[in-house]
Amino acid sequence: MNKLSLYLGCITPNRYPGIEKATKLCLERLKIDYADLPGASCCPAPGVFHSFDKATWLALANRNIVLSEEMERDVLTICNGCYGSLVDANNELKDDPALKKSTNAHLEKIGKKFKGTVDVRHIIELLYEEPGPDKIREMVTRPLDLKVALHYGCHLVKPSKERKLGSTEDPRFFDELVEATGAVSIDYPDKMACCGAGGGVRSALLDKSLETLEHKLSRIRDADVDCIVNACPFCHLQFDGGQVEIAAKNGFAYNIPVLHYSQLLGLAFGHSPEELGIDLNLVTNEDFLLKLKGTVGE
Amino acid sequence: MNQSNKSNISDALKDAGIEILTCLQCGTCSGSCPSGRYTGMITRKLVRKARVSTDVLHDPDLWMCTTCYTCQERCPREIKITDAILAIRTIAVHEGIMLPEHRRVSQLVLEYGHAVPINDAVKEKRVRLGMEALPETVHKYPDALADVQTLLESCGFDKLVAGTQE
Repeated sequence: MNKLSLYLGCITPNRYPGIEKATKLCLERLKIDYADLPGASCCPAPGVFHSFDKATWLALANRNIVLSEEMERDVLTICNGCYGSLVDANNELKDDPALKKSTNAHLEKIGKKFKGTVDVRHIIELLYEEPGPDKIREMVTRPLDLKVALHYGCHLVKPSKERKLGSTEDPRFFDELVEATGAVSIDYPDKMACCGAGGGVRSALLDKSLETLEHKLSRIRDADVDCIVNACPFCHLQFDGGQVEIAAKNGFAYNIPVLHYSQLLGLAFGHSPEELGIDLNLVTNEDFLLKLKGTVGE
Repeated sequence: MNQSNKSNISDALKDAGIEILTCLQCGTCSGSCPSGRYTGMITRKLVRKARVSTDVLHDPDLWMCTTCYTCQERCPREIKITDAILAIRTIAVHEGIMLPEHRRVSQLVLEYGHAVPINDAVKEKRVRLGMEALPETVHKYPDALADVQTLLESCGFDKLVAGTQE
């Protein structure tokens, strides 16, 4: 495995720092060579900035990549949206000399130059490849007795021609990583459906966004799970913050706990919910925290 | 919209490697759309409209797409439908058509380098977790933020999103 820089994006460090902490604890435990990526900015968000102005999107995304190139490290993302932006922006410049030239004309003004020497990884596809689910299972110190509704999130696997991670209708790789922690991934209808947040819909059309989310939540509630697991802080924000917004609107609280995969894995490595910032979510579910205490102990 | 722009949408998409004229209007896209389930969004109609008229630039459905790519994955003609929607948005934005919230998010990036900047409550959460109050991003490095702002200006993004037309 190449050495990595940890690209944080916006929502992880600025809304859900527990995901950042959990990710670092897991990477250290797995002895994965990573470093901070000082001075990184917004990826910028794919569905929004990519659609506003391609030159801006390419310049900003590739500035983040150049920071990692200068460290001779591949970029590690922990967010589907950041992954979408950075993989696509990196590939576009690697594949298109004219775009590389025009983007470098902007980057030159800040003394940077895109070379095309590093790759962009997502923590889920990275962990699946190396160390892989079997090795992770061996390293788990406290197997989790949890039923999980897994949410892949769209930009992890789609567009499939660019992502090359197999089926987008019924993928399994993330389920295998979840089950390596001892948890069971419960199948539920519309498992691969969008959370409703992307493309600027959550920011501009919140009510519409929440309707899409509520459909998914109702399916998850019927599946009778302990928690939702995701690999994207923006989906995480939609599931966690969205439940509070739905409760305020409809008076009905789903109260389903939401965990990023790093937090789930952190629990299986014996860390407490508080160390992983699980108790800092907006959804508060005391039963879940009590169950975790029973599972992971103190 | 003036007459000169009439046929520009499908031409512009073609330039970006997206061919929408082969669409056979089967509706697989609409049937697959998670937004279409609850909003009025009808992807099939959006594609049809884009083929014939620039009215699509003013269609509110344009902004209901979450970019989940399900329509693009399932299209039997392999039309890059989601990419087309993004490209049509680009034309709209360059015509000054933009939702006010998107303008605001853009201005956050111009000011802070983050679409979702930090706040005091999260700084406290970070400290509680034993982390530094500010992350290793532009938030902590003013020179890096200045670089981001220089880049955005170089691309003309500040002017693009500064308008008031909605």
